[in-house]
Amino acid sequence: MTPTPIVRFRNVTKRYGDTSAVDRMNFDVYPGEFLTLLGPSGCGKTTILRLIAGLDEADVGDIFIDGKRVNGLPPNRRDVNTVFQNYALFPHMSVAENVGFGLKMKGLPPSTITSRVGAALSMVKLDELARRRVRALSGGQQQRVAVARAIVNEPLVLLLDEPFSALDYKLRKQMQLELKRLHRRLGITFLFVTHDQNEAISMSDRIIVMNDGRIEQIGTPRQIYESPDNMFVAEFVGEINTLDGVVTAAEQTTLTARVEDAEFPMTNRRGFQPGQRVKVLLRPEDLFVSQLQDEAPGPHLTGTVEDQIYKGTTVDVFIRLASGTTVCATQFFNEDAEDISYRVNESVHVTWIRGWEVVLPDD
Amino acid sequence: MRRRPAKIARILYLVTIYGFLYLPIAVLILYSFNDTRYSSNWQGFTLKWYTALGDNRMLLDSLGNSLLVALLSSTIATAIGTLAAVAFQRYRFPGRKLLYGLLFVVMMSPDIVMGISLLMFFILVRLEPGFLTLVLSHITFCLPFVAVTIHARIADFDPNVIEAARDLGASEYQAFRHVILPMLLPAVVSGWLLSFTLSLDDVIVSFFVTGPTFEILPLKIYSMVRLGVKPEVNALSTVLFAITLMTVFVSHLLVKEKRS
Repeated sequence: MTPTPIVRFRNVTKRYGDTSAVDRMNFDVYPGEFLTLLGPSGCGKTTILRLIAGLDEADVGDIFIDGKRVNGLPPNRRDVNTVFQNYALFPHMSVAENVGFGLKMKGLPPSTITSRVGAALSMVKLDELARRRVRALSGGQQQRVAVARAIVNEPLVLLLDEPFSALDYKLRKQMQLELKRLHRRLGITFLFVTHDQNEAISMSDRIIVMNDGRIEQIGTPRQIYESPDNMFVAEFVGEINTLDGVVTAAEQTTLTARVEDAEFPMTNRRGFQPGQRVKVLLRPEDLFVSQLQDEAPGPHLTGTVEDQIYKGTTVDVFIRLASGTTVCATQFFNEDAEDISYRVNESVHVTWIRGWEVVLPDD
Repeated sequence: MRRRPAKIARILYLVTIYGFLYLPIAVLILYSFNDTRYSSNWQGFTLKWYTALGDNRMLLDSLGNSLLVALLSSTIATAIGTLAAVAFQRYRFPGRKLLYGLLFVVMMSPDIVMGISLLMFFILVRLEPGFLTLVLSHITFCLPFVAVTIHARIADFDPNVIEAARDLGASEYQAFRHVILPMLLPAVVSGWLLSFTLSLDDVIVSFFVTGPTFEILPLKIYSMVRLGVKPEVNALSTVLFAITLMTVFVSHLLVKEKRS
């Protein structure tokens, strides 16, 4: 039994001029989950947050929050709060006044406001800065104020619009961890927007991959990464090698496809028929490289090493196949391979474990 | 050493410009302390023109009238102008750009045209020229300046800040009261001061729209100097200049504060 969605989009369209920022979208957000909207910039992610917050109105379709249709409801009467990309703190107020703003608007007594603001500030580790002007804060501190200002209201859903995009790499990593911890602690539903696939994969319970105002795939980070539904998702999330193939034989759950003059047994997840052209997708870390003098590893591709890049924990080997396509294989150091080193132009075998490939129709 | 002539020329140039700008005012201030009624020669220091000014009931009454009109019209113009600026920025409505452009038309239109058209309008609606017509006219010509000053400030705002207020539960009015207005305050005060000085020294428009029953200072001075410049007028001008200078100073401080 699935729980009742806390946010529900039903056939929602939002246009700006001639372009649809959000195009007939349907999705549900479940209570307590960390859901990420992932997509390139301009794909409509931010618009979705604005539609939920009530800062924009849908042209078509219905939006439900906690079971109630909210079309036409102004932002102040929606039980959601936003952490804006540029924080949008009130420059004329102190940190505590910023955080207490929502409670003050609700007309709560000052003593209640003070204690709840204190609790929220300590949750984001800013207790000592309560009296400070927000202008005097660093980017990371402003970020925390923005988060505290939103969660102090205990919203049903917290909307986060690329909150870490202005922070440097190290601070971003730290804030990601803290946000994730905050999510566990508060139990509030988080709807997070990012164009950074690593951020999405490491933080989310579920991801909605978007492109051009449409949903490309909804799934757990693992589903998105390991079984992309289409080429867009495959290429947008992580590195991937794409090979052309033709199905030569197909059963219910298995098929054989010819890739680069070799026949490979594969898993048939989409009812492919013999003769069909397909794209065979393989993550670099799923490819195994072996030298020619080693025992031939069953069905395999042959190619020459073009380049190798040492990455610290791994080595990326770039291999040019007979057809001219270059694939990247990530090799890990372990007790069997303490020293991974190939000569440029050395001929190698490339293979993978059956079932790890993703086969998509070529269209 | 070879640079010296160039340096002297530069300083001379600067002195000429500033002399041209400020010498007349300096002379006026100096003469307000000159102990002679007619001569343009320096006859010694006196404060008697200031005393005479203090005794001149008619002049002081007109000053009072001027201040009253300036206070009222600048306050009303600022209130309307602030709301107009917020509306231009926050809301999308048909004719928004046209209305905004029309502000500049009022700002640019010659005072004489404005004076005559206002006079014709007041005759048309049968409004007796006097206090009320003066205040209405001054509001009219101050309004665009306030609206444009404040609009420039609000256009600089991060729109997300206002949206954040709404998102955090503020109604449209609360967002205005607690976020927009406090953030606009320096511009609102500058706008008010600007209106105040515009209203205080307006001659041309006021000339057309006031009646014999209500005399304001610039017109009074204007009628006085037609019979020759009296030293009391110098004294009064010096006082006005001091007030203006203070206004500029205050508004400068406010502008500086909003930058920091």
